[in-house]
Amino acid sequence: MPDFISIPFHDGLSPIAISYVLAAMGLNIHFGYTGLLNFGQAAFAAVGGYALAVSIVSFDVPFIPALLLGLLGAVILSLIMGIPTLRLRADYLAIVTIAVAEILRLVVTTSYKDYFHARDGVSGFTETFRSWSPYRSMDGNFLTFSPGDLWVMTVGWTMVVLLSLLTYLLVRSPWGRVLKSIREDEDAVRSLGKNVYSYKLQALILGGMIGAIGGFVGALGLASVQPDTFTTDFTFIAFTMLILGGAGRVLAPVVGAVAFWALLSLLAVLLGELSDLSWMPDSLLDNTRIGNLRFAAVGIALMLLMIYRPQGIFGDKKEIAIDAR
Amino acid sequence: MHIRTRTSPGRARRGRRLGTAVTVLLSLVTLLLLGGATSSSAAPGAAPAAGCQGTAIDKTVKGTLKNSAADDTPVPDVKITVTNCDGKEFVGATDEAGNFEIPFTSGLGPVRVTIDPDTLPEGVELRTDKTTNVITGSLSTINTAFPIGPDNRKLETKWDRVPDLIYSGLLFGLVLALAALGLNMIFGTTGLTNFAHGELISLGAILAFYLSSGIPLPFTDNDINLPFLVAAPLAVVLGMLFGWLLDSRLWRPLRDRGIGLIAAMIVSIGLQFFLRNMYAYVTGSRFQTYDEFYTPVGKDFHGLFTYTTRDIVVAGTCIVVLVVVILGLSYTRIGRATRAVADNPALAASTGINVDRVISVVWIVGTGLAALAGVFLGFQLGVTYQIGQLVLLLLFAAICVGGLGSIWGAVLGSLLIGVLIDLSTLFINADLKNAGALLLLIVILLVRPQGLLGRRERIG
Repeated sequence: MPDFISIPFHDGLSPIAISYVLAAMGLNIHFGYTGLLNFGQAAFAAVGGYALAVSIVSFDVPFIPALLLGLLGAVILSLIMGIPTLRLRADYLAIVTIAVAEILRLVVTTSYKDYFHARDGVSGFTETFRSWSPYRSMDGNFLTFSPGDLWVMTVGWTMVVLLSLLTYLLVRSPWGRVLKSIREDEDAVRSLGKNVYSYKLQALILGGMIGAIGGFVGALGLASVQPDTFTTDFTFIAFTMLILGGAGRVLAPVVGAVAFWALLSLLAVLLGELSDLSWMPDSLLDNTRIGNLRFAAVGIALMLLMIYRPQGIFGDKKEIAIDAR
Repeated sequence: MHIRTRTSPGRARRGRRLGTAVTVLLSLVTLLLLGGATSSSAAPGAAPAAGCQGTAIDKTVKGTLKNSAADDTPVPDVKITVTNCDGKEFVGATDEAGNFEIPFTSGLGPVRVTIDPDTLPEGVELRTDKTTNVITGSLSTINTAFPIGPDNRKLETKWDRVPDLIYSGLLFGLVLALAALGLNMIFGTTGLTNFAHGELISLGAILAFYLSSGIPLPFTDNDINLPFLVAAPLAVVLGMLFGWLLDSRLWRPLRDRGIGLIAAMIVSIGLQFFLRNMYAYVTGSRFQTYDEFYTPVGKDFHGLFTYTTRDIVVAGTCIVVLVVVILGLSYTRIGRATRAVADNPALAASTGINVDRVISVVWIVGTGLAALAGVFLGFQLGVTYQIGQLVLLLLFAAICVGGLGSIWGAVLGSLLIGVLIDLSTLFINADLKNAGALLLLIVILLVRPQGLLGRRERIG
């Protein structure tokens, strides 16, 4: 297979990609359905990943309870983020979520080194999970994926399907209709006697838990958790995927993520080709700089999407009225 | 999942309970932050073992006896005994100047130096009961001390750092105030929470660096080597030009299309991402420092804190600029128009104010302030494409604490945040100091969401 097909294919299916898809699915509940601007989704993924890793490595918690601890962590985090801000205008939630995400990243980078191991991250928690793998006896790779990756991918994509189904059912339930009406007009919902604050908090918790599941998959895929994975870039990439797919659509995160990785990898291949041209000075496109240009392109893409096609690939412009304050 | 509808009394009660829960959670977070600061204790030293190892060599024990009770006068004729690791004794005494120098031979192993308190002159006392110092290590010249008289040394305690920290915090807060004022002016007149504001700060630092350093411009062999005092204002002017371009090419067309608050915020996120990565591309992700004024000599201020001439210039410029901008907003025509637009754009337009022009000026001034802050922050943080990212959240904390959209709030919030993050290093790890500011942000939103000087109706 030529590079410009195989690389996007590999990148787009890998465990890391799944963690972004799940993060974007959580954001879809927040932003797409409820209109909450959560800029700290990285914190939810971090809480999921770190709770799983640290409780297993440092406290010998079995695998499944460790997962439950991660979900509990996501609930607590949503309460911290939501309670001070959900009564206020949208930008306050945005500022507080981004702030909490940065605090968490600072704490795991600099403190409690016995548990978090600073920048080295935590590893050695995947044994139980790996022991359940049906692919253990497999020799060699399957379509460029190692048996370990394959097992994470099987579980990860199954989670994506199940959670998409759950989202589908939820947003069609009366509960989901309230969320969507909050996005459209909060005051109208309030006048119908609904507790808007409580619904927003529930949405924040649900989306945060999905983000934490994304953190599990990412951690298992990398077999380690490191603070540098959870910078604000993580959140913004997930946001770009969501908006590319079309916020407020169940499959938007999946479609958006596939399109995103395809475009990003294509760009990398193109820039790589450009840097090989004989007249191109080496300093103009070295490896770091190609990376910078790719992410600068993500920024441009996010701006252009938001300006010219806020409904993304297959959203409905009428439905997604992001003008609501 | 079923629908729960609540009547308002229930909601109020629940709200209080939630409030208590948050207070508990916040204190947990605080504990977490504080606890993170305690470092693990050093490994205890190995207990000295008897008996020498290796071959014996010539060594010397040196020291001086001075009596702090009598103005550090030397104490002569005091008997001092050195016992080497094999138990062999070497005796010596202090001379007229209080010095002693006792040669001895010893292999590797603990050496005991003992002072004989009976040979001290009348009325001269050792500070402690300890008469024997045990010395390990392989140095051939060993310095040891027996303190005599009361302890007159000034002990450096945690609290002695307070004036110094307040000083550096105020200095940082003043620089932060420049950027926060710009951010708040833009927010006040356009309603935009500009997540790309940090990148306007980085721009100032990067421009000032390339204009003054004499380092070849990126991708060329040419350099511009202007004196820093010319490069800095030039960087600010270029920053203002960039602000004007941003407003007229990006934000004004978007306003004309009637873009919503949230959409605009996401556009500013995209812009931040784009600009930051472009800076990294252009500067090659390098961390650099200005070559002028980098490490000036510090002067002592009444023993409280150390200041430098650079600090005075930076603080002076900040104060003058802040005062000029705030007076301008209060007394000039365009300033009054700005406040009218901030209050109610439609009403302002109907009284004949050119709203687009006012917003343009606000962008130009705001970006200029950000660029100036960047020039100064380049001293404190180094010139890197990451300055904006580092400072943006502190800016948000500052304007939320002071009050979104409030002019004085921006200044007050910045100074508070500046002092707080520096003082917090007394209790928490310095790497974590920014987390303290963000924690304050959350607490303020919980108890006074409009900020200290903000107006209630702004919070929506």
